[in-house]
Amino acid sequence: MQNGTGSLLIFLILTDLLLLGSSRLRNAIRIGAAQGVALGLLPWLAHGQLTGSALLLGAGSAALKGVVFPALLHRALREIHVRREIEPLIGYIPSLLIGTGVLAAAFAFGARLPLPWESPSPLLVPAGLFTLWTGVFLIMARRKAITQVLGYIVLENGIFALGMVVVEAMPLLVELGVLLDVFVAVFVMGILVFHINREFDHIDSDQLTALKEGAP
Amino acid sequence: MSAASWIHPVLALALAPLLPVLIQRVKALFAGRCGPPWGQGYIDLWKLFRKGGIASRTTTWVFRAGPLVNFACLLAALAVMPLGAVSAPLPFDGDWVLLAYLLGLGRFFTVTAALDTGSSFEGMGASREVQFAVFAEPALLIGLAALARETQSLSLSPIYAGLAAGGELPLRILLGAGFFVLYLAENCRIPVDDPATHLELTMIHEVMVLDHGAVDLGFIQWGSALKLWVLGALWAGLLPLGALPGPLSRLAAGAGAILVLAILTGIVESVTARVRLLRVPQLLVGAGVLCALGLLLTFR
Repeated sequence: MQNGTGSLLIFLILTDLLLLGSSRLRNAIRIGAAQGVALGLLPWLAHGQLTGSALLLGAGSAALKGVVFPALLHRALREIHVRREIEPLIGYIPSLLIGTGVLAAAFAFGARLPLPWESPSPLLVPAGLFTLWTGVFLIMARRKAITQVLGYIVLENGIFALGMVVVEAMPLLVELGVLLDVFVAVFVMGILVFHINREFDHIDSDQLTALKEGAP
Repeated sequence: MSAASWIHPVLALALAPLLPVLIQRVKALFAGRCGPPWGQGYIDLWKLFRKGGIASRTTTWVFRAGPLVNFACLLAALAVMPLGAVSAPLPFDGDWVLLAYLLGLGRFFTVTAALDTGSSFEGMGASREVQFAVFAEPALLIGLAALARETQSLSLSPIYAGLAAGGELPLRILLGAGFFVLYLAENCRIPVDDPATHLELTMIHEVMVLDHGAVDLGFIQWGSALKLWVLGALWAGLLPLGALPGPLSRLAAGAGAILVLAILTGIVESVTARVRLLRVPQLLVGAGVLCALGLLLTFR
């Protein structure tokens, strides 16, 4: 079981790195979906036994992140005719290099972080922190609103992975509530992206900062 | 140290010309052709070594030295490169750094010989070769450092002996993927460079050796085959082949793994297209990141 958890967490880190380096939005959405499905297995693998709450949480999260979110994002993508991120604020090679640095920092920090409970795997905290950071980075460093929505989902994935440390202590309701929040947020953002695109013919969010009242 | 460790360099020198032919035959199989005969590598070398050469008047001794130094560097690399659990002939602490620098020195002389001709095409190839080496060399060093930390030893032979006996599976997979990309890049294989291209503008390695002929070209071809072998041994050592009894069966398994890697290369060359030159650094940085992740995993 230890090996399974470790492999899963390394898969998580690799998908994060792929997201940092991929410019095709369609591929990025698929990678995000794979990440979500893999995370669905985590509650089960990390605790060795298949409890009811672990099953519910895993299945719910896998269904939401592996099927519903990708479907929503693909639909938005189809309607707005955007295929790839052309000019990100931070390029792909710098993103990968910064990512490697942050990964090293996450490992260093994860080794020192005092935890109230025994972590199921020494990789769990670094992988969770790195996924969290990848989400924030995608929101900050990419222009297209779709990638930013994806970054938000990845951010939630990181929180989910970190939550595995305390899965026995945290009530199921809290986790399910977080999932519901994310679902509503992505749903709203999917519609919003469509409307932004219809109004302005693009979804470059950094151009929206120039909007102000009374501008010509 | 056993007699088997001296067999490996001899085996490498003898079998290396087979590797490019093997790759070509796999590609031919995919394309529905029959490919070159198995002995083509040896026939070419025999032909080239009997020829008298001619060099341009603008060139100096650097031009003649390039292929020879490159070949000598690879021979020296064979002296420290183990094949799986079979120890190298001359292992010492820190020889993995020497291995990286030997590859670098060989590249430096190839590049200098290309620049020495004064041809603009060769200069372009030399520039590209060095540009990609900037990304490939850190990846190689980081990967080797990960192996050194995992096995707690500073010499390639104990590193690979320890790795053959046991090691983390994720580390093997990460470094295996990273080293495979490096193997393709260093040997000028398809996602990075096309060894069969006929257009100087798109060549990288081939354009640097356009002016060489006869014995020099023979050393270049043998040298590139040896490079396939040395980097192949780097990859083959990651496989868990340590359980085999006796040095001879280990040698055979290692050589078999190198041949399998050549077949894999042929398949990759057949089914993928070359990436754009601008994207090559991204590929190599990806390999470097895989190696770096491998290194981070050893810090647990």
